[in-house]
Amino acid sequence: MFVVATAAVLITIALALTRAILGPTVFDRVLAGNTIGSLAILLLAVVGFLTGRPEFLDIGLTYGLLNLIGTLAVLKFFRHGDLAYDVEEEHKS
Amino acid sequence: MSLVVDLLSWLLIVLGSFFAIVGGIGLVRMPDVYTRIHAASVIDTLGAGLLILGMILQAGFGLVALKLTFILALFFFFTPVVAHALAQAALHEEIEPLLAEDRRGRGDGPAGGGTDGRQP
Amino acid sequence: MRTVSLACFLFAFWLALSGHYTPMLITIGAVCAILCALVAARVGVTETEGHPVHLLRGAITYWPWLACEIAKSGWAVTKIILHPRLPISPTMTVVTASPRTAPGIVTYANSITLTPGTITVGVNGNQLTVHALVREGADDIEAGGMDARVTRFEDA
Repeated sequence: MFVVATAAVLITIALALTRAILGPTVFDRVLAGNTIGSLAILLLAVVGFLTGRPEFLDIGLTYGLLNLIGTLAVLKFFRHGDLAYDVEEEHKS
Repeated sequence: MSLVVDLLSWLLIVLGSFFAIVGGIGLVRMPDVYTRIHAASVIDTLGAGLLILGMILQAGFGLVALKLTFILALFFFFTPVVAHALAQAALHEEIEPLLAEDRRGRGDGPAGGGTDGRQP
Repeated sequence: MRTVSLACFLFAFWLALSGHYTPMLITIGAVCAILCALVAARVGVTETEGHPVHLLRGAITYWPWLACEIAKSGWAVTKIILHPRLPISPTMTVVTASPRTAPGIVTYANSITLTPGTITVGVNGNQLTVHALVREGADDIEAGGMDARVTRFEDA
């Protein structure tokens, strides 16, 4: 039955990839990338159960944290053009 | 007893798979960025939530179930942050949402214009 | 007091994630937890906003209710996605949040975003800009059921 879940997650990744390729704006692509990241965590968990090796869950947790930081960094870069942006600096100037 | 738990977990996993695929279809079908975020949130809450709940039932009580709970908490705390940041950044870049109705400039809200979400 | 509770939480987290219970690893875990709690106290993130442990009591009843809401609106969004004509009517609206503290407003905004069909686009003080997939979603948010619930959760 985990085969069904793996197949479903893979199909969803394919659909998200379609959106990443089609996506007219950069935000569609970031959204698709973040969704693929979330699905990768699920895929790690499901494959861990499928092969009877739940150690994959640790990798999933770490990947989740990296996915969040990565998406936020990309968004911040596109919004301010600079990763070291400081809100207070803008208000002073 | 274990048969009931097994059946329940299979049901949850199949439902989670279904909602994940529905979210993926929505991601492709929706017309603009903001509506696509709604579709992605179906994957991140219902899809991931039901799949992980099903796996918790499969794993039984123990460290594996605890780690799955951590992953679930990670999803439920961080996906809204990402969705919010994404929508805010898109609005800031002046990508106009497709709207059937705009109630922003009405009532007690700040009148028109100044609601792109920047902190004062 | 909050520093002690933060150290306890961090130690429990260490025990949960390590899975090995030899005396040396437990000692290292305890030392790490205490050091992290002290550093957090020095940086000043252990006050009500950084370590909101007092909200835990309200969370016990709030989270199941939120899960129920998510299931309901998730099913509604699923029907819209699978509908052949895609009957969406995106709506933007501004609502006023009644929770007073920062964790309360964050909980409210995150709950709105977590429920499929509505996302918080901007937060300005206690004015939240909300984008809803269908008109009924915006009506629900404006009716303020979730707002009242979050305020009760915050006061618990």
